[in-house]
Amino acid sequence: MKKNGSNGARLRPIHLLLALPFISILWVGFYNRAEPSVAGIPFFYWFQLLWIPLGALLLWQVYRAEDRGRGGPSL
Amino acid sequence: MNGGVNIAALSVFVLLFVFVTVLGFVAARWRKGDLTQLTEWGLGGRRFGTVVTWFLLGGDLYTAYTFIAVPALMFGAGATGFFAVPYTILVYPILFLCYPRLWSVAHARGYVTAADFVRGRFGNRALALAIALTGIVATMPYIALQLVGIEVVIAALGVQGEWALFIAFAVLAAYTYTSGLRAPAMIAVVKDVLIYVTVIAAIVFIPAELGGYAKIFASVGAGKLLLAPATHTNWGAESAYATLALGSALALFLYPHAMTAILSSSSRHVIRRNAVVLPAYSFALGLIALIGFMAIAAGVKDNPAFAEGFRQYGNNFAVPALFLQMFPSWFVGVAFSAVAIGALVPAAIMSIATANLFTRNIYREYMAPDCEPARESQVAKIASLMVKVGALFFIVALPQSYAIQLQLLGGIWIIQTLPAVLIGLYTRWFHPWALLAGWATGIASGTAMAASLNFAKSIYAVTIFGVTIPCYAALSSLLLNLIVSVALSAAFNAISSSRKDETLASDYV
Repeated sequence: MKKNGSNGARLRPIHLLLALPFISILWVGFYNRAEPSVAGIPFFYWFQLLWIPLGALLLWQVYRAEDRGRGGPSL
Repeated sequence: MNGGVNIAALSVFVLLFVFVTVLGFVAARWRKGDLTQLTEWGLGGRRFGTVVTWFLLGGDLYTAYTFIAVPALMFGAGATGFFAVPYTILVYPILFLCYPRLWSVAHARGYVTAADFVRGRFGNRALALAIALTGIVATMPYIALQLVGIEVVIAALGVQGEWALFIAFAVLAAYTYTSGLRAPAMIAVVKDVLIYVTVIAAIVFIPAELGGYAKIFASVGAGKLLLAPATHTNWGAESAYATLALGSALALFLYPHAMTAILSSSSRHVIRRNAVVLPAYSFALGLIALIGFMAIAAGVKDNPAFAEGFRQYGNNFAVPALFLQMFPSWFVGVAFSAVAIGALVPAAIMSIATANLFTRNIYREYMAPDCEPARESQVAKIASLMVKVGALFFIVALPQSYAIQLQLLGGIWIIQTLPAVLIGLYTRWFHPWALLAGWATGIASGTAMAASLNFAKSIYAVTIFGVTIPCYAALSSLLLNLIVSVALSAAFNAISSSRKDETLASDYV
């Protein structure tokens, strides 16, 4: 059997950044609390809302690193 | 909802609705292609760039039902309803890492559906059929649920009867038929503008009226504000929350309508860029979820004017009620048309996606193997009509709870295609018959778990070493699916490891 399609995945250390949202979001016990609240918004809510831009920022970094490595298109 | 029709709101609503209808028909001419080809009708010619794909995926994934149901869940059940936020945080790394490969292989081999890919990758018709049927069955109730969104706002405008829903649907069916995927792509732009305007108004104007966010959160009971904490013997609501988010994130892009939007983009980089910029919608969704708490703070449930609406639509009436109470009438029209148009976009894409599956993987595969491309496109158009009629029947003839229960099952079913589709992108080690057996195991066990909960919930408690772990049934059944797929693949591969894989490693990058 020819090794077909198993290559090309090319996972690099930079991709480990994308594990961060999974770790912080799936550890619900860490953020299932009201304090510290910000402007009356409990920790549970602002922590998760904060992870939306953080997640996007991490993806952007990985996107740029991939394209630098490949010499492909960038934003 | 005093029985009277809200004239100002209704006028704005009708005006915006007519506008998107015209847009839907004009869309046929946009980036004109030969609409007698399935890739043109059903994938917009694979020509959508980063911006159009952003609107299309946004319109596709953040549906009207989401805008009604997520705040309704927050309103009724509290913190659990917020799982939509972690769900959308986890979905984009998955989109970024896996789906550009799917785009590449689909582009290289002319695949229109996930089942096309599985057919090519594993060379097994039965497995491809299972993937196609899962997609069709999981999507149908989802389309029906979009109608619930339209139904609720039409009722909230004070219009009686189901004729308005019929008109909305006939219009939707007509422009989907003529314009294909171009119609929802164009309308999605209008939908998103309306949604953003509504959300910004809601998060600025309503809290100001209610005395600020601190007051809003203070009005939510302590039991609803946070999840019940985990204990040593029961992980409780926390593990339910985490598994719901993860399971939903894994399932989302396996849905045919999401797949269609991905495959319609013009390059794999469009998908990568969109994974970076789509979270903007997640932020809007997070704020929309909080609207459920605003509805608690505003006390809409105690307002006798809304009693009838709550009686008929349950907590799904919370958002419309809040808007009616807080917004001037003309803006209620804007907000409600955002919801209704927000239902039309995904309903159109879902019906196109199901039609693509039927045409490619059932009609051409089993009924007319050598059909002409023009005939293929024609069949897809008719199939998209049938799908919508079916969804309409669902909503009008059956209790609304059926659609909700089936949609819940749909999530459990669609995730069972993950080993063949998603893992299949990386390896063909899995044996197609093992994947089929795993799929059947996942479908059966997932359905049984939901059945044991009377199809009312999807959180099934598993007890391991005396610890009770409530888990989203989609995730636990997927685990069983994977165990069976791996075990049988090892066994079958030992007997015969021959494959009929038509794809090459170079197709994926």
